[in-house]
Amino acid sequence: MPAQSASREQIEVYRFPVAVAVGVPLAALLLQRFLPLHFPTTAIFDLPLLVTIYFGVARRNQISGLLTGGVIGLVQDSLTHQPLGLYGIAKTVVGYAASSLGVKLDVDNPGSRLLMLFGFYLLHQIIYLAVARGLAGEMLSWRWGHQAIAALANALLGLVLYTALDRLRHRT
Amino acid sequence: MENIINRHRNLTILAAVLFAQILGLAVQVKRGTDQGTSRLIRIWAVSAITPIEKGVGYTSRWFADTWNNYLYLRGVRSQNRELREEIEHMRLEQVRMSEDAGQARRLQSLLGFREEFISQTMPAQVISTTGSEFSRGVFIDKGSRDGIKADMPVITPDGIVGKVFRVYPTSSLVLEINDSSSGAGVILEKSRLQGILKGSPTGQTFVANIMADEKIEPGERILTSGGDRVYPKGMAVGTVSRVNPAGTFLNVEVKPSAQLNRLEEVLVITRIVEKAPEVNDQSAPVRAIDILAQRLPSVPPPKPAPQNKAPATAQPKPAGTTSKPNAEAAPPAAVPPETAGQSSTEAKRAPTAEKNAASAKAVGEAAKPETTVKDTPR
Repeated sequence: MPAQSASREQIEVYRFPVAVAVGVPLAALLLQRFLPLHFPTTAIFDLPLLVTIYFGVARRNQISGLLTGGVIGLVQDSLTHQPLGLYGIAKTVVGYAASSLGVKLDVDNPGSRLLMLFGFYLLHQIIYLAVARGLAGEMLSWRWGHQAIAALANALLGLVLYTALDRLRHRT
Repeated sequence: MENIINRHRNLTILAAVLFAQILGLAVQVKRGTDQGTSRLIRIWAVSAITPIEKGVGYTSRWFADTWNNYLYLRGVRSQNRELREEIEHMRLEQVRMSEDAGQARRLQSLLGFREEFISQTMPAQVISTTGSEFSRGVFIDKGSRDGIKADMPVITPDGIVGKVFRVYPTSSLVLEINDSSSGAGVILEKSRLQGILKGSPTGQTFVANIMADEKIEPGERILTSGGDRVYPKGMAVGTVSRVNPAGTFLNVEVKPSAQLNRLEEVLVITRIVEKAPEVNDQSAPVRAIDILAQRLPSVPPPKPAPQNKAPATAQPKPAGTTSKPNAEAAPPAAVPPETAGQSSTEAKRAPTAEKNAASAKAVGEAAKPETTVKDTPR
């Protein structure tokens, strides 16, 4: 289903309790690190990214979106061996873009969510690889097949996850 | 100007946040090490996350252990029988190999060879991964408070895992050998070719710097060479899975011995000592006077000699004993089971009286002509 264009009045803005706003990103970070230990194939998912996009779209506030993405990305960076900022920069941009999209489009239906998640995953990976290669000198290569499968897997997981997260939000 | 900034407030903040992160990234890349703010951010994040992971890990292990050790015991009896048979085979193998090792140590000591020995290890539980497909590493539940330091090698019984990359108070980040930024000095077991083991961005491991004209067969074992001064020499790394020519060099793909994607417990090597190999007591130089006292036929024995000679043959280390004739006299199967589980030195320190008598007698017979020749000039 295509994303529907909506006026500012029609779009609903959501807020989250503090426990959800802090607990969900923390749980995403924990699961992201814990699951591949027992199920190696789950390393393909980027749960912190899915959470960043969700909060960005639901809050529909660009500053809130970029800060959420930036903080989640920096924490994710600090748990790897790579320099701080690689995930931080990528998720800051994605958080900003997701909230900008949320302001303009209604992305609450599954079809538009699937397209949005697929696109944002690819955008995130492109920014990450560009920064890692250009600024940090990492020898990473772009693999279209792998990235497309990963984007689709993340989009499908995002659909399920967002349905669960929708129950935790409140309308303002 | 102020109007433009106000009009595009959100974009301005985005640009400022991105600029700050890029600046921070550039500083980190230039420094090369973690210092100041970046180090603090890492410590905060790790200190906040790892206690939860430790708690989850310990709880899940408790449930798994309860299930595996008390409830799910199907097939344990037959497995036990198989393992006992395997132990018997390994005991025989151990005796044979300890003789070979003893001989190698003697030769190494003659050459003044110095070896690296693992003198201390610390077991650690793997509590999480890095959570990034671009960073191949795991976190362990031991940190600087437990004596862990950066660059310590991390192994499993199957092979090497990686090295400690960052140390935090109660946890450490281990960089695995299949990460694209890792490297280890390796040697191929048969062809004795040396190279550098590296990881690829896709998580594969390969040996670099081997010339294309060298011949390498898939299945050949790869060991650490010790040249990197991180991993001790001779540890299992993996086996060659595929060999592809890539220009001047060969692309030797390696299947790691350790199961890197299913790590649960690892060993951190906390101390490596470099020393000359210890030569077995039984191969110590023979004192001529002892041989003369016992075996020289031309010297008439003193009066109490007939009484002393009988116990002398029952001593475990009479003059003139060497490990080689001893091994010939005592076949592997004669090693008592209670000593087989000990180290080779310990096993030889606690022989039965029968074995001692037999070996001493055999040694006496084997050494007689040699000692005679050697002692003649003296």
